[in-house]
Amino acid sequence: MGDVVDILLAVSFWVAAVRIATPLIFGTLGELICERAGVLNLGIEGIFTVGAMSGWMAVYQGMGLWGGVLVAVGVGMGFGLIHAGFTVGLGVSQHVTGIGITLLASSAAYFTYRTVLPDVTSPPRIEPFEPIAIPILSDIPLIGPALFHQTALTYLAFVSVIVTAWVLYRTPLGLAVRAVGENPAAAEAQGISVVAVRTGAVAVGSGFMALGGAFLTMSAFDAFFFEMVGGRGWICIALVVFATWQPGKALLGAFLFGAFDAFQVRLQQSIGANIPYQVFLMLPYLLSILALILVSRRAAYPRALMVPYRKGER
Amino acid sequence: MRLEPRESPGLGLRFAAPASAIVVALLLAAIPLAFAGAPLATAYYEMFQGALGSVFALTETLTRATPLILTGLAVTAAFRAKLWNIGAEGQLYAGALAAVVIASHAWSSSAFVMIPSMMVAGAAAGAVLLLIPTLLKTKLGVDEVVTTLLLNFVMLLFVSVMVEGPLQDPMSMGWPQSEPIVDEAVLPELVPRTRLHAGLIIALVAAVLLSLLINRTRWGLEMRAVGANADAARFAGMKIGRVMVFTAIISGGLAGLAGVSEVAGVRGYVTLDLSPGYGYAGIVVAMLAQLSALGVVVSAIFIAAVFVGADSMGRAMGVSSYLADLIVALSLLTMLVAGLVARYRIRWA
Amino acid sequence: MSKVAAAPVLRLTGITKRFGPLVANDRVDLSLGRGEVLALLGENGAGKSTLMSILFGHYTADEGTVEVADQAGNLRELRHGSPAAALEAGVGMVHQHFTLADNLSVLDNITLGTEGLWRAFQGRAAARRRLKTLMDDSGLKVPLDRPVGTLSVGEQQRTEILKALYRGVRILVLDEPTAVLTPQEVSQLFDTLRRLTQQGLSIIFISHKLDEVTAISDRVAILRAGKLVGERETKAVDRGELAELMVGRPVELHGRDPQPRGTEVARLDKVSVPGPRGGMDLKSADLTLFAREIVGIAGVSGNGQGGLAALLSGLAHPSHGTFSLFGSEVTRFDAGTFVAGGVGRIPEDRHRDGTVGDMTVWENAILETYRDGANQRAGWMRIGVARDHAKGLIEAFDVRCPGPDAPIRLLSGGNMQKLIIGRVLENKPRLIVANQPTRGLDIGAVAFVQDRLLEAKRDGAAILLISEDLDELFQIADRLAVIHAGHLSEAQPAEDVTKRQVGLMMAGEGQGAHAA
Repeated sequence: MGDVVDILLAVSFWVAAVRIATPLIFGTLGELICERAGVLNLGIEGIFTVGAMSGWMAVYQGMGLWGGVLVAVGVGMGFGLIHAGFTVGLGVSQHVTGIGITLLASSAAYFTYRTVLPDVTSPPRIEPFEPIAIPILSDIPLIGPALFHQTALTYLAFVSVIVTAWVLYRTPLGLAVRAVGENPAAAEAQGISVVAVRTGAVAVGSGFMALGGAFLTMSAFDAFFFEMVGGRGWICIALVVFATWQPGKALLGAFLFGAFDAFQVRLQQSIGANIPYQVFLMLPYLLSILALILVSRRAAYPRALMVPYRKGER
Repeated sequence: MRLEPRESPGLGLRFAAPASAIVVALLLAAIPLAFAGAPLATAYYEMFQGALGSVFALTETLTRATPLILTGLAVTAAFRAKLWNIGAEGQLYAGALAAVVIASHAWSSSAFVMIPSMMVAGAAAGAVLLLIPTLLKTKLGVDEVVTTLLLNFVMLLFVSVMVEGPLQDPMSMGWPQSEPIVDEAVLPELVPRTRLHAGLIIALVAAVLLSLLINRTRWGLEMRAVGANADAARFAGMKIGRVMVFTAIISGGLAGLAGVSEVAGVRGYVTLDLSPGYGYAGIVVAMLAQLSALGVVVSAIFIAAVFVGADSMGRAMGVSSYLADLIVALSLLTMLVAGLVARYRIRWA
Repeated sequence: MSKVAAAPVLRLTGITKRFGPLVANDRVDLSLGRGEVLALLGENGAGKSTLMSILFGHYTADEGTVEVADQAGNLRELRHGSPAAALEAGVGMVHQHFTLADNLSVLDNITLGTEGLWRAFQGRAAARRRLKTLMDDSGLKVPLDRPVGTLSVGEQQRTEILKALYRGVRILVLDEPTAVLTPQEVSQLFDTLRRLTQQGLSIIFISHKLDEVTAISDRVAILRAGKLVGERETKAVDRGELAELMVGRPVELHGRDPQPRGTEVARLDKVSVPGPRGGMDLKSADLTLFAREIVGIAGVSGNGQGGLAALLSGLAHPSHGTFSLFGSEVTRFDAGTFVAGGVGRIPEDRHRDGTVGDMTVWENAILETYRDGANQRAGWMRIGVARDHAKGLIEAFDVRCPGPDAPIRLLSGGNMQKLIIGRVLENKPRLIVANQPTRGLDIGAVAFVQDRLLEAKRDGAAILLISEDLDELFQIADRLAVIHAGHLSEAQPAEDVTKRQVGLMMAGEGQGAHAA
């Protein structure tokens, strides 16, 4: 018990929790935007990977950190547009297209990395984002360093949640997004272009996913590794269901997940000797499955999720 | 643009669609090839030579095709019933582990006992791994896409525990590698002095049996009806849950067999790099084959040729072998378009 | 023609639309005057919906022009294939299947698409004020903050009309607006429409029901097989003539044809069943069905019919009460067992529940009986036998299709229904559950379906006919019960009740609705 209390009272634990949560916030928000518009985006895992690689690569090539962020977002949106072209424009299977995007985006990322850097043995490093302490707020015990002594990308994640929630629930655009995800025929009858709104939502959502990837190589770490995304994208899809498609709950879910992950790492350090380390590494995936089981009964999917819309067809 | 359903896609179109998808995917691969600075004509020639240009190349391609046929069949069976099994990768590893557990000790001196029991164990392990998400889906309504995906990661970590722990080869000097299977359990080679093994025969027989199951039996009728319209299937008196469980056993079992075949035919033991994504590539194989069990054989050989050819070209010309994964991903996407063209007439209005 | 001559607000000229070999609209000319109600009369498949979809921009016409009057009254050609252009020109449409997002509030549904998408705020307060005024002026009352999915069908329809009015439409198209309403709601709707036309709204009223058309319209245009076959002033119209123009051939509908009541086939004793798909529960229902008798269940859809049909089809089990079939209490509710035991089921939605669109005609023909020894041996399908059997069905039930190997999705609704009826009747069922068996069919197919049901009754079957069409129920049912809010009234001989009484009970107002 003492161990647990020690872990929970350590500042480093809370800082780590928020750091682990940040890419999940971006990814979950991105997937949530896509799904609210009625499009399941299984390309998320690959878009994370390509965002991580392209953002890092841009910085490595001297474009600067924010240049790298822009490149990552642009590349992510590009893959989002491909996904939208297939699932919205042509109306083919969202499942299969998403898997295809994941395969395409991650192999494109690995191919590009290997082609640009054929001979490196240890991954080259960049100068990542530095934590910025927000005056006064960062002095609050425990919470202060955790929430207000983080890198710029983490703050961007917080702001993104608020902006997304505002847009979804308070603006005509958000109403249009929710409407095309609930009943596209109703939106079309009101003069809204379902294709345009869904395509836009998938592109923006994919941009967020790429940001989540970029955080990994430009803030959490300082290099790109193969397989570094490690299923974070799939975890985000589970988190969207857990969050019942609401941005606020997505933030909460990502925090809980980050805290749990940080906790298991520390627990592993204190009691891990008798248990294989892989068991601890399994926990995030098992937790995601558990989260899905817990909410499955009350999951209220957007009604038109995964239903392709073709104009004039009933 | 409007899409009008075709009355029925002609036989020609059914073959033309995947063929043109493949051609377009190969042409699109020119972009990354050019990016890598490789002369295009030479690159394509090297790829062709590497995959099909000699008897050795052919046997390598068929060796690669063997697990792809099995995972492709696994995906075909599942997708026919709209069970979104994206977990063939994990099920393959489950089958591989089970093979080692059963066959690392010679408890029988007959290959006719060892090999079948190893296959049954591997198929059962794959089936059990898919039954978990399937039952979560039918009993609790948990979406199986995410659960099967996440279980791939869990399974790989489990393999890691096993090959560093209980199943570790004492002779491996700390390397994460399982004990080898005994000679009685090794699948015989088909062409002397190549890697091609009897697993290919198993895969081909599986393709024929699955084709018959889907198209000629009442269980196949149930799978297809549930997949195409679950409401109508339920109305007609079919038990959706039971059909899903049956499908999961078939699909997970086939993916498990892929693991058995790799262990007993190629490697002899389990490592963490046993499969370079055969489970995921199985999705591409199945889609290219338009979910036809016999078509899977052809499309698996194509995908295997891409892997083998790109590998050999990459070694010769210094191009990253991730090119193969790129072509495979592109084939999936172009096939989606081709499938649409085959089913619908596109009208510009 | 006076109103048109005075001020035409809409003119369609030479509209032609083809879908492959099918000509859905063939050089149709039509015009509409200010404040006029024009009825567009025609059977299912006559081309009414296609014509209106062209007007509304959902389809693009192959030939012809659509002109709509602007504010000043000058006719201007409408851009093709653009719902936004139609909305802007003041054309609104209330579809038969509402285009509402169930999880969004009434207010959000109405304001959707009326504001620029890039504004930072939604003007909810201003919209609410405007809607209050609109509701007062038109008499259409709807709770603005409730999610649309929780509203009654009538309220949803009012929401649809408000949606159009909020956009300031001058031309309103109503597609089969009475199909889902009780007779009382219909007369309420007609009052509203009259009020709106006095305020200058022009209305196109699509229907295939002659009495409604003559009650509400100023003028009638009749479509048949894609062509405009006649236009009449309603005042001077002869119903018989309209019917003949619409159908193009005399169709004989057969009546009740009473038989001596047979033995008891099914009995519900205080049975409650949860409603499927969010429909209302069936609450403590009592009902007995006898051989050689058709019992009709009247009611607006979603009032508990789903649970009743599911129970009798073996798809749901009662939460309370007992259900006996062929003299013994049922404990195992299983669709396959029911079919084998002699229950024939005609589902409400033939596309969703009745057929698997991507499977062949022969596979659909054996969908309920594929386990029988005739169709399979040890799991092996006897495909030759099944195909021959399907060919027999196609012949006997006049199913027009390319052949037994064609995917069933290619068949028209009427032919799909014929195959389903054939599939049911060839098993010689002792009980038939027919849920909306004639919905959406043209009159020839309606007569075919009704005749087969009457024939099955003569041959000794007990039939439960669930229908929203009161004319149909009064025409062929021997006894009638009404279902409202999950309560089933006592079934009474059809000749002892009037349409008015049944209508009141459907609205939950009549005596006896809660009796039994």
